[in-house]
Amino acid sequence: MRSAAEPATTELAARTRRKPQEPFRAPPAARRVLPRIVRPAALAVVGAGLWLLGRRLGYGAPEYLQLLVDGTVTGSVYGLVAVGFVVVYRVTGVINFAQGAFVMLGPMLTITFLGGIGVTGGVPLAAAAATAVVVTAGIAMAVHRFTLHPARQASALTRIIITVGVYISLQGLALRAWGPRPYVMPAFSTLQMEDRLLQVGGVVVQAQSLWVWAVGVVTVLGLILFFERTVAGKAMRACAVNRTAARLMGIRVDRMATLAFGLAGILGAVAGIVLAPSTRPTYDMGLELGLKGFVAAIAGGLTNLPGAVGGGLVLGILESLWAGVTVAGFKDLFAFVMLILLLLARPQGWLEAGHQ
Amino acid sequence: MTQPRWGPPWLAMAAVVAAVGVWELAQPGGLARLSRGLISTDLLIRTGLFTIVLVGLNLLMGYAGQASLGQAAFYGMGAFASAILTVRGRVLGIPQDLLAAWWWPWLVMGLAALAVGGFALVVGLAILRLRGHYLAMATLGLGIIVYIVLRENLGMPHLNLTGGFDGIVGVPRLRVGGAELWPVQVYYFVVWAVALTVVALGLGVVHSPVGRALRALHGSELATESVGVDVGRLKAKIFALSAALASVAGSLYAHFQAAVVPDTFGFVPSLELVVMSAVGGMSSIWGAPFGALTVLLLEQLLRTHVLGLLPAVSGELEPVVFGALLVVIMMFWPAGLVSSRKVQASPGSS
Repeated sequence: MRSAAEPATTELAARTRRKPQEPFRAPPAARRVLPRIVRPAALAVVGAGLWLLGRRLGYGAPEYLQLLVDGTVTGSVYGLVAVGFVVVYRVTGVINFAQGAFVMLGPMLTITFLGGIGVTGGVPLAAAAATAVVVTAGIAMAVHRFTLHPARQASALTRIIITVGVYISLQGLALRAWGPRPYVMPAFSTLQMEDRLLQVGGVVVQAQSLWVWAVGVVTVLGLILFFERTVAGKAMRACAVNRTAARLMGIRVDRMATLAFGLAGILGAVAGIVLAPSTRPTYDMGLELGLKGFVAAIAGGLTNLPGAVGGGLVLGILESLWAGVTVAGFKDLFAFVMLILLLLARPQGWLEAGHQ
Repeated sequence: MTQPRWGPPWLAMAAVVAAVGVWELAQPGGLARLSRGLISTDLLIRTGLFTIVLVGLNLLMGYAGQASLGQAAFYGMGAFASAILTVRGRVLGIPQDLLAAWWWPWLVMGLAALAVGGFALVVGLAILRLRGHYLAMATLGLGIIVYIVLRENLGMPHLNLTGGFDGIVGVPRLRVGGAELWPVQVYYFVVWAVALTVVALGLGVVHSPVGRALRALHGSELATESVGVDVGRLKAKIFALSAALASVAGSLYAHFQAAVVPDTFGFVPSLELVVMSAVGGMSSIWGAPFGALTVLLLEQLLRTHVLGLLPAVSGELEPVVFGALLVVIMMFWPAGLVSSRKVQASPGSS
């Protein structure tokens, strides 16, 4: 799939240049073979490396299985954040760095609406979470309406820097509103700080993990239904395919872009809320989650919804394995090393179907 | 098109910088008194340091059109190279005589710049093949990786080279022969001598055939390639130059601050550099000193004057204002506040 950043002029130039049988900017032979062998080779190297590091700590199958299951939990969260990046990128062509702020706003607003951990019950928690999601979506739409929409004629770089500025501002406001201390979000099952632990085989699973998986599946299914079955969803897909054609068909492209931000806000807030009970949300949690969600989106090719979910899961699992076998401080390194390797080896994404 | 002459404005700037320096030397603290604590020698030195970084960043972003969201990493690499090799040199087995020699920090500064530039060249040749957003992403990843590696003691905690979160203290002042280039009023001349040289270098690059190729590259990569410019190599070279300049600034910073901590070189500082670049105007070498001075003055103003007047509001609002400022500037002056030419808008996007 051709990325949106690639201008059509490349095609034109490719047709008008002297030797038409070669693709423009013909890659050397080594590079053409590279993508095909690089995926299994890289996985083998990563696998061998993790195994070697793990052997040092005396890890066996149960430990790896535990790390793997833990990885799918954070991976689901990364996947949701990644989908938020993809939805916005497909419609507006902008990488929205404010996505991390939406992830942070979800749990922080939920906790605020709950009024601290004292008053909890299933209904208040659900109501607070739902309100937080709606408010975050509203903030996200306002962000588009008042910053990116007026600057829609600016270059992509300019618009990306705008989203960076929005992120810094939102995080700054969060610091002002909530202070630097970490907060506590009750676990969904017990409605308390302590979560129930489930023993499945040799693997320990928090009850919250089941919530993360369930909410992840439901959200992605809901999104698929939205894109396949509703007029607004179809209109948004049309914008992603060809903005000009969509406009000619009477689709309000700018409204669709605002709507995409709303969806990204929902996805980010939901991701943050389901994750929050097992971490301690802070005003700056969005930076890490946003960047990692972005890595997951890149892994999926940045325009591909299932790819983003898959990218999130793969990143979550690999990162969990890596964190299990290495020094604690190096946990965050993995995602960014992976980002660079991914960009170098296959800028169009790894999990995308092979149609070019 | 006639070449704009950059010599006279540069000389004028050098004269102003020198005059301010001489005045400060004669009357230490005079500037601070006159501006009621707004401008200090300290602030002007930091302006000079950022000018050095920004000239490189502007060449990369404004002229070559390649975004870097990880430039603080190169700044940090220079700073830590200088700090480690002057303070922790004994751990690495560097002879005491060498460490005590006055020219050692200068040698380290030069070697660090070469090494960082070389590193950027290698990385650049690989990642600058990427277009548009992807390059910004790769530099972002690179910046965070470098930050984490610095924070985690290069993965070798037993040597404690970078000092982890706390960084390194006690970086010596620069010397020439037996003379220490300190107090701060003297160091001002060192930093600005380098900064002015770098500005001249930047202007020289811009008004050379390389500069024309760079501007062409920003306009259309394809067209530039079709007239015979090796685009990938050109981008990598500019990337390497910008990294080397950042490294020099980092070394000067380490000897100025006498202490380095990894947090100075993380993701947010990289963004601050982009803000300065955007404020001054990416497509202008003159934007570098202007952007650095404007942003630093604004920060200082916020800290000492505006926020001080509102007792309930502490420094916490600084990032909010900073972010909002970035948004507003990019919305209304995408070419920066000082711009020698308009940045072309890309049509057909929403």
